[in-house]
Order: sequence, then structure tokens, then C-alpha cells
Amino acid sequence: MAKIGSRAYGVLAEFSGTGPLLSAAKKIHEAGYKKYDCHSPFPIHGMDQAMGMKRSPIGYMVGFTGACGLLGMLYLTYWVSVVEYPLVISGKPLFSWQAYVPPVFAITILVSAFMATFGMLVLNKLPRFNHPLFNSESFKRFSDGGFFISLEAGDPKYDEVKVTEFLKSIGATKVEVVTDE
Amino acid sequence: MSSATEHHDPNCLVTGNPTFESITESVSCIPESRTPLAWKIMFSISASLALGLFCLIGYLFWEGVGVWGLNNPVGWGWAIVNFVFWVGIGHAGTLISAILFLLRQRWRTAINRFAEGMTIFAVICALIFPTIHVGRAWVIHWTLPIPNQMGVWPNFRSPLLWDSFAVGTYFICSFLFWYVGLIPDLATLRDRAKTRIRKIIYGLFSLGWRGGNRQWRHYELTYLILAGISTPLVLSVHSIVSTDFATAQVPGWHTTIFPPYFVAGAIFSGFAMVMTLSLIARKVFNLTHIITKKVLERMNMIMLLTGMMVGYAYSMEFFIAWYSGNIYEQFAFVNRAFGPYAWAYWIMISCNVLVPQIFWFKKLRNHLVVMFIASIFINIGMWFERFVIVVTLARDFLPAAWDYYSPTWHDIGLLIGSFGLFFTLFLLFMRFLPIVAMSEVKGILPQADPHKSGEHHG
Repeated sequence: MAKIGSRAYGVLAEFSGTGPLLSAAKKIHEAGYKKYDCHSPFPIHGMDQAMGMKRSPIGYMVGFTGACGLLGMLYLTYWVSVVEYPLVISGKPLFSWQAYVPPVFAITILVSAFMATFGMLVLNKLPRFNHPLFNSESFKRFSDGGFFISLEAGDPKYDEVKVTEFLKSIGATKVEVVTDE
Repeated sequence: MSSATEHHDPNCLVTGNPTFESITESVSCIPESRTPLAWKIMFSISASLALGLFCLIGYLFWEGVGVWGLNNPVGWGWAIVNFVFWVGIGHAGTLISAILFLLRQRWRTAINRFAEGMTIFAVICALIFPTIHVGRAWVIHWTLPIPNQMGVWPNFRSPLLWDSFAVGTYFICSFLFWYVGLIPDLATLRDRAKTRIRKIIYGLFSLGWRGGNRQWRHYELTYLILAGISTPLVLSVHSIVSTDFATAQVPGWHTTIFPPYFVAGAIFSGFAMVMTLSLIARKVFNLTHIITKKVLERMNMIMLLTGMMVGYAYSMEFFIAWYSGNIYEQFAFVNRAFGPYAWAYWIMISCNVLVPQIFWFKKLRNHLVVMFIASIFINIGMWFERFVIVVTLARDFLPAAWDYYSPTWHDIGLLIGSFGLFFTLFLLFMRFLPIVAMSEVKGILPQADPHKSGEHHG
């Protein structure tokens, strides 16, 4: 339902379940499309392979941040206890690192959790409160029980008529054009 | 509202053969329907108690900790009893959301959301007590290594400092874990919203979630990582809480059994609290097909297991006291069981060791009324466990220094008020947020598996 003067964002195809969505994703990937996404109410097993996607880098990001947190906090405890404010307690050495394990561990976990959460949001380009897909009334069902594939007009192989035909041929129950108002 | 609640088979994870839509409907209709009268009544009671808590805290700041029943041998009293009690309650939430997630226990999806909510609210209640107990709560930030004009830094060897790091981290991580889990479900509420204010609020908090697989792949790994890092965290938090006691050179406290014993007790008490809350929620909000009897039975089994671990720790403490050959250590335990606080000790033993034994019987661990009453007894018993540990200090080394600790009206008021705060937050959560993780429950339905749905051609 493209309005005059509005730009097409892409097409949105609806599928009847997880099985059809997964096999359609495989075929779109094989057909060489790049800018598409499969929307579902919950993550679907095997979808990453079907779409030809690699593992998320978030694990490395969290690992690196956690290591920085560990070393940074260990250094802080060292600097405070040995350099800046040395306290002799029960005759223990100034850098009694065993006793510093609990705060060092806590900070390692804390920075890792921040990286996991905010790193995920950054990789997902969230928060993004407006998106052309939200212009579609039927897209609202993605968070209920609907399964969709969106294919963007920015894809080099995009051609509205051909893509619509193609999506119908691989099992879409309904295809609509989404506009970027 | 939903038709899927009509019939149920107690052996399935989710009963009544629901569709994706019926799960959405039966969970989302709770925050969307009119406020039930029962909710209004419960909310006004608990909010009044919470208000009372803040008044009492104000009075405490004005008057000082002298308003409590503390005396010389018992310097910690109810403040630390309540602190350890509330932190412990929180631990079951993390256990359910993180450890059972890593162990692929799919029955957790029915209860994980409000177990996580319970964790956050319990930790809020817990954090109040050490904060007000320091006497000068307005300088509580001195426990953190923040540069200041006095040039003073904290001592990183102190378990009380470890506490502020561990519990603070625990609160923030639990909150992030909970919020990340909520994002897809908030998007569901956003997409169903009819009024403008709901569209704006749920729209803001769902961050524009679109459920694309390009988002899910980062999301799933993040969730796994948060579960992975929460698991050692939850075990460390209560271990660190126990070192508040264990590093003290006091008979009855200075023992290495404390960390595992405290962790087991924390999980035990937390499961009891999850049980109490989920029995109420499934009754009030008609969620019997999602929080099934099978889920409740498994929780009872965990309570039976952790209850026996706690029982083992109680007996092992006695054995070690005898085996140590230390008369002060031996006296501490004989005094616990037969001294002036014997009444509290035997309440603890009956509630924590004897009551869970009923769960050996399949009939009893499937009986809703029995498990509800048992869960309340366990909550009481676990509060008394911490009470016994803290106040039996009233008889330490020198008989001349012995005293008897009794709480004042202010101590009792703070405990009641903290329950008020907990239930206020919990009721707000039940009213405005999805109390069951819809996207996760949908994911465990048979039709969610692309290879079993019968329409797969790939």
C-alpha cells in the first residue's frame, strides 16, 4: 500500500510457521540476497546457519572487557594498598592479593555484564524507536505468533515485482510493500 | 479471557495445547485488564507498610541505632539477620534464571521471570539494612574506593567491603539480566497497546525491538553470557556474606563450612519464597496451564534436597565443635540447642529440616495447600536460622559479659516494613509487566521446533 511520494523500504512477507520460515531463509540466502531479516517471536534454532551468519562477536567483546576489569581492579587494589594508603593489618603483607579476590572478581563480573548488555544493544542498533517496519500493521504480530521475512530495497538484487514473486514461490502466505514515510 | 486455561494435563511443561497467540493472550491480558480489587487491597496494605518502613528509617537517622535492641555481645542484631535473609531469598531467582538455564532445564521458563523479579526486590530490601546499620548512612559511599579530600581509602581485606562490592554487583547484574529478558516481552505489550500512554511507555522500554534473527543472534549469546557470569556470582555473593561471620574470631562463627552452608540455605529459602509467590500468582491470575504442577513438584524436590543440605550443615557444625576439642566452640553449640535461645533453635530445626521431609511423598509434593503452608514454614525457619547464628553470640567467652538480646518495636517494625516494600514492588511488577517470559515459553512449545512442525522442506 505505497503512498504517492513515499519511498519503499522493502517488502515484508509472512510465513505460516517456524519450518516454512527456516526453509525460506535458506532459499533467500542461496539466492544471494544480503539485506533481509527473519522476524519471529522467539529465536529459532538453525536460523543462523540458514541465513549464513557467523557466531555473534559479543563473546569476545565480553571476554576482553572482563579481562580489563580484572587487571584494572587488581591494579587498583595494589595501588591503594601498597602505594597510596598502606595499612598493615594482622601483619599481613601489603599486597595480600588473596584477600583482594572477592572485590576483583565482583568488578570483573560487573564490567562483563555491562558489556554483554550494552554491547548487545549497540550491535543490534538499539534503542531505535522508529523503524519503517513499524508502519506495517501486520508486522505487529511478530511479537505474538507471526513469522516474517523483511527484504530491504537497499539490497543490490532488489526488484519489487521479482522479489514479491520469489517470496510467494518459497511459501509466503502474504507479501506487502513497506514504505519509509 | 483465554480459552487455553480450561483443561490441563499436569505432566506437560505447558498444558492445554496452547498456541503462540494463546500464550501471548493469557500473559499480556494481566497488565491490560482492569485492576482487580484484590490487587488494590493488597497494594494499599503493602504500600502503607513500605511507607512505615521509610518513616522508621527517618526516625532511625534522627535518633541513631540506639533505638534497636543491640547490646554489647550482640552488636549486629536484626539488621544483619534481615540482610542475610533477604539476600538469601534473592538467590533462588538467580539459580532459576541462570543455573537452570545453563543446565537446559526447560521447565524454568514458567517461573523464571518473577523469580528474577523477586531477586531484584529482595536485594533492594537487603541493601537497606547494612546501609542504615552503618549509623551514618549519608556517607555509605565511603565503602567504595572513591577519591576524597581526606585522602582515605578503603581496606580491601575487609569482608564488609567485599559485601558492598558483591551485593552491589549482584543487584546490577540481576537487574541487567532481568531487563534483557524483558525486552522481547515488552515489545509484545507495545505491539498490543491500545492507548497512547501505553504505546509510549512500553515503546520506550522495549527499545524498538524487532525480533529479527540479526538481533536474536546477539541477544541469545548475551543471555547465555549473562547466565554464565551470574552463576559464579550468585555462589560468590552468599559465600562472601558468610565471610562477614566466618572471618570473625568468635565461637560458632569461625568455621569453613559457612560459605557452602549459606549458599545452600539461600537457595532453600529462595525456592520457598518463589513457591509462595508463584502459588499466589497462578491462582490470582489463572496461570495454571503455564505454572504447571510439574514445575511446582520439581521446585519441591529442590527444596527437599537443599533442606537436607542445610540439615547436614547443622549436624556437621555440632560434630566439628565436638571434634575441635575447643570448649568455647562446644559451648556455643550446646548453648544454641539448649540455652536461652533454644526456642529459636528448635523452630529453625523443625521448619528447615523436618518440614521439607514431607516432600518425600509424591502426594504431598503435589498438594497445593500442603506446599503453600510448607513454603511459609521454610521462610520462617530460614529467618530463624540467621537469628540463631547472630543472637546466640549473647553468651561469649566470659559469663560476666553475657546478656540476653531482645528486639525493640523499631526492629520489628523494620522487618515488617521490609516485607511491605518487597510486596509493593512485587505487586507493581505483577500489575504492569509480563510476569511470565512469553518469548521463552513460546520457544519450548512443540510447534516452535522447525524440524517437528511437519511443514519443513529444507
